[in-house]
Amino acid sequence: MNTEQVRNDFPLLAANPHLAYLDNGATTQKPAAVIRAVEDFYEKANANPLRGLYDLSQEATERYEEAREAVRGFINAAAAKEIIFTRNATESLNLLAYSLGEDLREGDEIALTVMEHHSNLIPWQQLAKRKGLRLNWISCGRCGVITEEAVRAAVTDRTKIVAMTQMSNVLGTVNDVKTFAAIAHEKGALFVCDGAQSVPHMPVDVRALGVDFLAFSGHKMLGPMGIGVLYGREELLSKMQPFLFGGEMIEYVTREDATWAELPHKFEAGTVNAADAAGLKAAIECYGRYGFHEIVKREEELGEYAFSVLKSVPHLTILGADEAAAHHGIFSFVLEGVHPHDIAEILNADGVCIRAGHHCAQVLMKTLGVPSTVRASLSFYNTEEEIDRLGESLRTVRRRMGYAE
Amino acid sequence: MQNSFYREIVNDHNLRPTHKHELKNANLTLRGVNPSCGDDICLSLFVKDGVIGDGAFTGDGCAISQASADMMLDLVIGKSEEEAVSLAEAFFRMIKGEARPDEIEMLEEAGALSDVSHMPARVKCAVLSWHTLKNLIEK
Repeated sequence: MNTEQVRNDFPLLAANPHLAYLDNGATTQKPAAVIRAVEDFYEKANANPLRGLYDLSQEATERYEEAREAVRGFINAAAAKEIIFTRNATESLNLLAYSLGEDLREGDEIALTVMEHHSNLIPWQQLAKRKGLRLNWISCGRCGVITEEAVRAAVTDRTKIVAMTQMSNVLGTVNDVKTFAAIAHEKGALFVCDGAQSVPHMPVDVRALGVDFLAFSGHKMLGPMGIGVLYGREELLSKMQPFLFGGEMIEYVTREDATWAELPHKFEAGTVNAADAAGLKAAIECYGRYGFHEIVKREEELGEYAFSVLKSVPHLTILGADEAAAHHGIFSFVLEGVHPHDIAEILNADGVCIRAGHHCAQVLMKTLGVPSTVRASLSFYNTEEEIDRLGESLRTVRRRMGYAE
Repeated sequence: MQNSFYREIVNDHNLRPTHKHELKNANLTLRGVNPSCGDDICLSLFVKDGVIGDGAFTGDGCAISQASADMMLDLVIGKSEEEAVSLAEAFFRMIKGEARPDEIEMLEEAGALSDVSHMPARVKCAVLSWHTLKNLIEK
């Protein structure tokens, strides 16, 4: 992969050569092809999709459905109707909590891990409060590893749903969701996988993994903000109740009742976000053009490099595993005596963009015993030079905060 | 906060705070939290006849939140409750970039945080202790 060439595909990176953008876990930059695809939809195909009986609306519908097919192929779902477009992973997970929650009864259990992002935690927690369900927590060690024993301890005969992220947004560790989905199924539970961090950085095959549901966001994988995906097995989706009611999701409506449209439209009430879906398709094509294998290889190289640079900074502690490969380009760390927000401010002054805070994972923060951390997260378009600048800036932080050394 | 003189004042109050301790004779105590960033302080005052006789804080947070609390207590100990509230209001105006120079002057060292008016991400760190003070007095 020629990084210099790749960076020229990203207008924001090309226009800001002195900015080190290391917050890719929050959102990635967008290639020109993605920005153009959104623009092209509005310039050449804009009409309300799925309903209009004229050519332009048909064109809009085609572009929208082509995007669905591209997503299907990207995660190897069995059929395009198993792909529901949402706003983002958060909305996908809320859809599941509301819709699956309809069938749960008091005393039923939901198992989830302590490393979940709030988007895969609060929907289940609030569902449990509404319906008198029990939450079984799956713990992880300080390295962020979830063992088979920990999963077996939390999944019982009363467990109906197991919710788990495939990749921690704080520690970067990858969970063995294939094994854990099989354990859930042994106990008759459904397995909900949060792929917000994993889908952008590793090939994910929903059928090989055997997950029942997968949620992810377009904007973390080169795509536009405002378009996300819920994958669900057809057999399950077709039995589930809609989450949002309104236009374009019905079959037949009377004063008293309504019947629902076929999948996937049953779950896509209201005018859909066809332009950003087209942008997501363009993002998926970028993965194809760069080559997912090449992307993973480059991100591994950068991850090794970042790990060694961070390890060499005095007073800095990386949370989680003590080996680069287990981090998948996500490094959370603390610097003795300096609050993460002060670090972020100093790094910002040096043109380095990182995230500081609890990373929407307060339960994990409590488990790790830290109130907040700094997080640097990589993408294949980053460079060793940017990582050097992160390291150099971090070395000056304690002095700039008034420590003598 | 690029101005190094102001940075030094903030660093000094953060690393060597005067008022960061428990207050044994406190008769007013309130916790203030910034949920989004985790700044968490507990402000205690000893108030007699409408005058703040003593004050202290405990908790965790970034340098700006901690220094702001320390500088605030430097300023309000010995003042009446009304004076303390009007100083808090002057501080809020300063953070919004709306304070007059004489108001910033009145805030003494806390005026070092006037730069925060150009740093939207840090506003809530700077105002945490002042909001807690105002709520504590007015509750």
